[in-house]
Amino acid sequence: MAAELGHFALILAFCLTLPQAFFGLMGAHWRRPHWIALANRAVAGQWVFTLFSFACLSYVFYHNDFSVLYVAQNSNSELPTFYRFAAVWGAHEGSLLLWMLVQATWALGVAAFSGNMPQQMTSRVIGVLGVISAGFALFILLTSNPFLRLWPAAPDGRDLNPLLQDPALAIHPPMLYIGYVGFSVPFAFAVAAMLEGKLDSLWARWVRPWATVAWMFLTCGIALGSWWAYYELGWGGWWFWDPVENASFMPWLIGTALIHSLAVTEKRGLFKSWTLLLSITAFSLSLLGTFLVRSGVIESVHAFASDPGRGLFILAFLCVCVGGALGLYAWRAPLFRSNAGFAPVSRESFLLFNNILLVAATVVILIGTTYPMFMDAFGLDKVSVGPPYFEAMFLVPMLPMVFLLAPGMHAAWKKASFESIKKTLGVLLVVALVLALAVSVGAYGWNSVMTIVGLTAAFWVAGASLVDPINRWRNGHSLPASIIGMSVAHFGLALFIIGATTVESYKKETDLSLKPGQTTEHAGFEFTMTKLEDVAGPNYQAVQSEVVITRNGKQVAVVHPQKRVYRVQKNAMTEAGIDAHWHRDLFVAMGEPLGGDAWSLRLQYKPMVRFIWFGAAIMALGGLIAICDRRYRKRVTVDESAAAAAGAKTA
Amino acid sequence: MTPRRRRMTLVALIVLGVGAATAFALTAFQDNLLYFYSPSDVTAGKAPKDRVFRVGGMVPEGSFTRAEGSLEAHFALTDYAHEVKVSYTGVLPDLFREGQGVIARGRMGPDGVFIAEEVLAKHDENYMPPEVADALKKQHQKPPADGPLPTT
Repeated sequence: MAAELGHFALILAFCLTLPQAFFGLMGAHWRRPHWIALANRAVAGQWVFTLFSFACLSYVFYHNDFSVLYVAQNSNSELPTFYRFAAVWGAHEGSLLLWMLVQATWALGVAAFSGNMPQQMTSRVIGVLGVISAGFALFILLTSNPFLRLWPAAPDGRDLNPLLQDPALAIHPPMLYIGYVGFSVPFAFAVAAMLEGKLDSLWARWVRPWATVAWMFLTCGIALGSWWAYYELGWGGWWFWDPVENASFMPWLIGTALIHSLAVTEKRGLFKSWTLLLSITAFSLSLLGTFLVRSGVIESVHAFASDPGRGLFILAFLCVCVGGALGLYAWRAPLFRSNAGFAPVSRESFLLFNNILLVAATVVILIGTTYPMFMDAFGLDKVSVGPPYFEAMFLVPMLPMVFLLAPGMHAAWKKASFESIKKTLGVLLVVALVLALAVSVGAYGWNSVMTIVGLTAAFWVAGASLVDPINRWRNGHSLPASIIGMSVAHFGLALFIIGATTVESYKKETDLSLKPGQTTEHAGFEFTMTKLEDVAGPNYQAVQSEVVITRNGKQVAVVHPQKRVYRVQKNAMTEAGIDAHWHRDLFVAMGEPLGGDAWSLRLQYKPMVRFIWFGAAIMALGGLIAICDRRYRKRVTVDESAAAAAGAKTA
Repeated sequence: MTPRRRRMTLVALIVLGVGAATAFALTAFQDNLLYFYSPSDVTAGKAPKDRVFRVGGMVPEGSFTRAEGSLEAHFALTDYAHEVKVSYTGVLPDLFREGQGVIARGRMGPDGVFIAEEVLAKHDENYMPPEVADALKKQHQKPPADGPLPTT
């Protein structure tokens, strides 16, 4: 019964997206307040029904109703309760329902927190979001309905993929989706501005918090995914340049560019059409990512059982959304010319370079990710592009960007002189270089020039990001949330670079064979396997070994890596034993039995690896602080709006 | 400098930067392309001798051997027409087993044994790498009924 109710609610939600789209767009176009009000009601209704539908799906999972095909495929009566809820988005159909719920929630958010925007603008944005919701609802109903019945009902389910039975992965997809879908809001704003033919500083001020929130969630989602891959896929890497990882990273890069470009549009009324283009691109890449994952064009751990029909639908949808938006852009962009100028050395220039370099990095990744598909599609060679390409090429635009970041943060708008800050930055650069040498050569030993360059850049950025807040605080100037947010986010980036550089330069890994009672030495630690035993979990059996790690005779840690076999799917799974410390991880993973009592083990020493995810979390925190800025909450009066528009024209 | 000339300088600089980056990208790209060959290709000598490539196929039953306590494993890869012998030292992926489709990355050794640096098997019992499925299709032979089938 719950499944039917959920299905029915989903159909109703779809039906409500249509008036949301129509009355939202046309109500603004023909200036009919009643229609606009109706669109707002439709948003609320759509959200309620989508939520209800989602709740129904969770309910059938909770009750192990294996007469529902999707539940039978992705759950099992032995599955712990927590994972039964996580299983709702554990595969294609349910994750799309989650997407739809997130989409509806964003629309509701826009409707609720747009008191400071003109009604017409809000209405158009809601209309565009309605079109997107309609597309996704139709997609679910036509190709990927999670509520289909299975007759006769299965006696038990096929279980959730063991890889996904993990707390970090349970919240990774929702985070990622909130980010992906969140970029539909700047997209909708861009389309609305083009329909309206008007784009001023105020528009940028409205969009900024939305873009930042989406970016923030995407940051968290990607970091969680990376963390999960690190400990759950079992082999201790934190980024694999896997096509699906790239698919989530490209919108992030463009989103980062968008956040910075919006700053210029808000403060100076410049980069208008560029900002529009980035808004469109960020969401297009989110859709492209979905297409890549769902269509089976690429194969990876994430690619769920795929179906060409679904891929075709998303591709068509992508063409409609992106094609429509770009067509509109071609038609309307000439309206958004800005005639303000800026000196070659100014904050505008620095942000311009930031944008160019971020887009270049995106292009590098896009080429590497899609090239094998094109080769395959045209029946040429079967190739894949290896991680070395990405590793080398990604740094080409990113390294200059990080070095430009330190002075860029302190450049004034219009024309920067650096007179007051030159000395501080110089001193910081020298300090950063000394620190980098101390850490790399002093603490870990010489590795390569790139290690020192990376660490210098990171320390410089970390130092430079603190200068402004400290100065303002010491001189008793006001310290707006947006400045703190920017500094915190850049500081987080520095932490991330420290982690990534150190771990890539100084990680040590080895594969070896070990028996209980045997000891081996790796990276200055002694690893002794003391026990090998069988343990049973709620839905799996495992062989667990106990490895005691000592250094110079003193015990450092005891870890318990496992090799699990899940009872239903019979998949072997590696559960690594990790001793986490702020400045290093010791990582032990069990390979396979080698005969006798011996097992193959992978031992890894990962210095500073925690900084990678900690840095990402700090970046996201910076975003959170930035959106708390007072000016985003202020209601704009008619006078001020006129003044801002005039200011943007003359500035 | 007039604003116009200044702008042109900026544009020229950008074009130069993008050009240099593209050139660099293309070289990096060429060096890091990994080509895929089926066991039949390898037996026919189509695979390169001096560079890393990937080979994929099914691991036939009974082909896997390993000396007790040693990390060095030997197995074969087949597309049901030809076989390639593979040796690999290290930890094999969780889903590696006989009757599975796997992809190995490495280079040809002098004795005709493929020395793998990395072995990939996917986390799905029904999974068959698409390249392997294609290679099998080309040999006009279906995998045995109890073998892995592409997921639907």
